[in-house]
Amino acid sequence: MAVVKMQKLSVCASKKHRKEILEALQKTGAMEIRTRSDQQQDGDGIIHMDTAEAVSRFEKTAESFDKALHVLAEVKPEIMKGGGLFGGPMDISEEEYEEVIKKRDSLLEDAYDVLRLDKERAESLSTISKDENQILSLAPWKELPVPMNFSGTRETKTFIGTLPMSVDDAALLQIATEGLSGDVPVSADVISVNGTDTAVFVIAKNSVSDKVSENLRMAGFSRPAYVSSYVPSDAEEILRNDIDDQNTRISEIRDEIEKSTEKAREFKIASDYFNTRAEKYKILGKLPQTGHVFFLEGWVTAASAPKLEKLLTEKFSAFVEREEKGADEVEPTVLKNNKFAANVEGVLASYGLPQHGKIDPTFIMSLFYVFFFGMMLSDAGYGVVMSLLCLIVLIKKRKTISAGMKKFLSLFFFCGLSTIFWGAMYGGFFGNLIDTIATTFFGYTGDPIVKPLWFDPMSNPMQLLIYCMLFGVIHLFTGLAIKGAQYLKDHDVVGFFCDVCAWYAFLMGLILMLLPSDLFKGISGMEFNFPPVVGQIAKWMTIIGMVVILLMSARGKKNFGLRLALGAYDIYGITSWLSDVLSYSRLLALGLATGVIANVVNMMGAMFGGGGGFGVVIFILVMILGHTLNIAINALGAYVHTNRLQYVEFFGKFYDGGGIEFKPFKTANKFTQIKEER
Amino acid sequence: MSTGMALALLGAALATIGGGIGSAWGTGMAGQAAAGVTAEDPSQFAKVLILQLLPGTQGIYGLLVTFITLSRIGVLGGTPITDTNTGWMYLFACLPIAVVGLISAYHQGRTSVASVGIVAKKPDQFGKAMLFPAMVETYAILALLISILAVTNIG
Repeated sequence: MAVVKMQKLSVCASKKHRKEILEALQKTGAMEIRTRSDQQQDGDGIIHMDTAEAVSRFEKTAESFDKALHVLAEVKPEIMKGGGLFGGPMDISEEEYEEVIKKRDSLLEDAYDVLRLDKERAESLSTISKDENQILSLAPWKELPVPMNFSGTRETKTFIGTLPMSVDDAALLQIATEGLSGDVPVSADVISVNGTDTAVFVIAKNSVSDKVSENLRMAGFSRPAYVSSYVPSDAEEILRNDIDDQNTRISEIRDEIEKSTEKAREFKIASDYFNTRAEKYKILGKLPQTGHVFFLEGWVTAASAPKLEKLLTEKFSAFVEREEKGADEVEPTVLKNNKFAANVEGVLASYGLPQHGKIDPTFIMSLFYVFFFGMMLSDAGYGVVMSLLCLIVLIKKRKTISAGMKKFLSLFFFCGLSTIFWGAMYGGFFGNLIDTIATTFFGYTGDPIVKPLWFDPMSNPMQLLIYCMLFGVIHLFTGLAIKGAQYLKDHDVVGFFCDVCAWYAFLMGLILMLLPSDLFKGISGMEFNFPPVVGQIAKWMTIIGMVVILLMSARGKKNFGLRLALGAYDIYGITSWLSDVLSYSRLLALGLATGVIANVVNMMGAMFGGGGGFGVVIFILVMILGHTLNIAINALGAYVHTNRLQYVEFFGKFYDGGGIEFKPFKTANKFTQIKEER
Repeated sequence: MSTGMALALLGAALATIGGGIGSAWGTGMAGQAAAGVTAEDPSQFAKVLILQLLPGTQGIYGLLVTFITLSRIGVLGGTPITDTNTGWMYLFACLPIAVVGLISAYHQGRTSVASVGIVAKKPDQFGKAMLFPAMVETYAILALLISILAVTNIG
């Protein structure tokens, strides 16, 4: 339970070793290299390598592999899934890595091939959709006996197009020959009628074509958007053949891509390799160098410092110096906890890591976390299900699971155990499942079979509410105690007495005065009879605490009036304590919610599934469905509200995070990680 | 059926109605936002699903109070109540979760929508995003508590 001590190292080494040193550092992944913006300028013999071009080249290469992998994953989805939801990077051996890297150039060609195939496929697909559109626009012209761009013979003009109205042959002839009399040399055919549009084919002798053209124009005649030089029925066939060709090509491409899927593993290794190199060159470009040497500084954990120093000095004859941290520097935070507490580090980190010199509350938090979670879910059956599920995944996926997911699942394994404990205390095993089965199917009528070890919250919610608040007070007082420990650690004794002890006295005095009162007795039904001396002590504790807070809480202020006013405002902060304590009533409410809904599920099952025979099947179905739903929704509720109790109530008393995450310079591990040699 | 029973049933029904409407409203809004984020980045599905579910609890709280009430007034076995005053008492006891459940679930839904926005932009800030809707829920929990305490202590 601690924030790990960090050490700043500066390294000065010969330029000829710079890439090897960076590679060694990257491989150990133990150092966060600091790059200062104020050192980025060249001058005084200091230069910087321009690596931007190399970085972008490597990044692009890695991206090509990634894109190729995505293409392959379309054919074979398991490629990108890794170990499923709980998967992490896959393990590879050092030899395999070396081997793949040796043929990286040919691999890149392969990746480009895959990308080219994919592009070709996209083109084919777009051709198909273009063809289909053309077939669609040809549909009204299927019966047209001439090519669509047929303009007429020497003696005639033709008009091929659409009219925005529904007409038949006779009406069309009427429209076309309006204003002309006698035996007009015009032939008018309706090719097809499409709702309100009519596809028409009109032939007119040159002598009347102008008039016909004008007539048609007046009627709204328009030429088709797509004109092919084939007879429409031929054109359609040509297009259909083209679609077939493209489809054949697509399936060929698919086969070829499928053949390449065996390269996926190598692509992944190569992608990580190029990302690793890009990282290296990014750092390389930021390191100040002279003609012969280069400099590098960064943070390592104090524990790993000697090993790293030895590596750098002995292997690369570098000059390594341990440095004090500068005034404006903040060292990154690494947490170290025992195996149980380490599981809640993620919960802590998502609020904010502790700064250096501050207390790491992970261990204390982990105890309360598991305790409260169990109280909220509070059903032994659900706890068994949750713990078992987590355990099964942890065991089955132990090789591929990512570190974060492992911690997450371990945490909920323990939360499940705590849930079993609280389920036993409250007497809940899938609600009242055992009693329901006994009464529904075996005609049992005696006392409840499953009895709570402690008491049934439904029968006495008020009592449990008091206990919840008691747990809340303990939780909050622990938070205050950590604040006190922090003051002592900082050698701020005045702060310890005024901001922590005074509050303890004030609050405990108040509680001791509240407990024997009629008000409390009326609410809780519990009676406390303290000897009168306790009452006196409580009174004085309250008064002393209050006076100290009033006078001292704003001790930094020079203006005495302001100081008193701020002190009074601080005393008003007692209301926040009240609301914080009341907030723990969610322990009761969520615990009840689980139990009662589980009972409702059981009751529904008994209602529909009584009577034996087929009823048993219905009963089982209702049980599975109902309890699954209840576990899901209440586990979520328990998770959210346990977090809330930690973040808002507990951390509110002492913790403000603000630490910076330790981001060591390391290899890219998007897909792969090299297995440690044993 | 006696007037008292009718009043108590009205209260029981209101608890589920209020909580249910609110939760349907809240999860509906949050679900729309969550679907948008999932369309852009399917890997955020689990996170936004949790955020969508947060306003869903009021409906469960309402159901809870309804169930306790039904079992206390003798609808689910036992002797049915007949006294009109007792019926009024059950009705009023159910009101906190009915009213607060509805309104808090609506506002929790709106907060969830905003939190889904956080996850969309900064997926690593999920812990904080989850906290904002959980703050709203506090008042639903307090209302639930009062309704439960009131219902279980009548008669």
